[in-house]
Amino acid sequence: MPKLTVEDLRQIKERTLQATALRHGEARVKITVHMGTCGIAAGARTVMTALMEELAEAGRTDIRVVTSGCMGMCSSEPNVTVEVLGEEPIVYQHMDANRMRQVFRRHILRGEVQTDFALAKM
Amino acid sequence: MRELSLHLLDLAENAVTAGARRVSITVEESPAEDRLTIRVADDGRGLPEEKLRRLEDPFVTTRTTRRVGLGLSLLAAAARRAGGALRVRSAPGEGTEVCAEFRFHHIDRAPLGDVPATIAVLIAGYPTVDFVYRHRIEEREIVLDTRELRAGGEGMDPADPAVADAVARWLRDRLRPPARSKEEDADAQADR
Ligand SMILES: Nc1ncnc2c1ncn2[C@@H]1O[C@H](COP(=O)(O)OP(=O)(O)OP(=O)(O)O)[C@@H](O)[C@H]1O
Ligand code: FES
Ligand SMILES: [Mg+2]
Repeated sequence: MPKLTVEDLRQIKERTLQATALRHGEARVKITVHMGTCGIAAGARTVMTALMEELAEAGRTDIRVVTSGCMGMCSSEPNVTVEVLGEEPIVYQHMDANRMRQVFRRHILRGEVQTDFALAKM
Repeated sequence: MRELSLHLLDLAENAVTAGARRVSITVEESPAEDRLTIRVADDGRGLPEEKLRRLEDPFVTTRTTRRVGLGLSLLAAAARRAGGALRVRSAPGEGTEVCAEFRFHHIDRAPLGDVPATIAVLIAGYPTVDFVYRHRIEEREIVLDTRELRAGGEGMDPADPAVADAVARWLRDRLRPPARSKEEDADAQADR
């Protein structure tokens, strides 16, 4: 019965992406993908997958990506909340993989809030 | 929901919301017995008898529209449509097990979809929760336990997106049907 071992993982990982260093200390940015039932049905998993790819590529250790439950805004799912230290949280709505990549590259990496998809400041 | 793997994500989400520290996700594919089962068990706070009964009523006994939350009713409907059923076992303080059974070959059975993507998203998204994933396809079985990976040391944090991605690749690779050997091909020919 094949079982994934740490050794397997180390090998695949070396062949693919550089691992980010472990997240010691405080994160400067936290990105939350909301995963209630309507979020998932509307594509939240694809959004999260795209975000994980972006983060792995950027290799930044001060950015944390997490998921959480529903935030009660079904009609605008998938919703993503971006919290930058010292700034007001921004909720992005109707997200998809491309919008997520754009938000990551422009807002997270360059500090330009993407007002086209931003719901409002919370 | 288009894929059963999205229901799995939704069930795991319920488990984490209920305070689970360890969540096991099981998929059993038995085409020969015309059965597909998905199961999520957790060590969360569980449900009191009273609430459990209200959960089960609408989809086990009647089809009426008593709203109990979207997730479980959608899954119950998906299972029923495909000749199966949903079962929930739970006790306060002892966790919860949700099991959905489908007829494998039923025309209305939703495809399983990308289970490795669901697993990768869960282990990256909930760094403090342990996940155990078992997937059996007839006689073949694969197992993943994030607690063992975590114990593996430096640079092996399953919540690291690069690690989660490596996990998904490994899983996809193992879930692919095995290439048949020449002898097996010859056997299959002879069987015809
Ligand atoms: N694993 C679990 N442990 C404890 N309670 C659960 C679990 N799964 C479901 N429940 C209870 O059953 C209720 C209904 O679950 P269901 O998934 O159908 O809806 P929901 O999670 O409340 O909302 P939605 O799925 O629409 O986002 C939950 O609100 C919760 O009280
Ligand atoms: S899942 Fe419905 S609002 Fe989030
Ligand atoms: Mg739910």
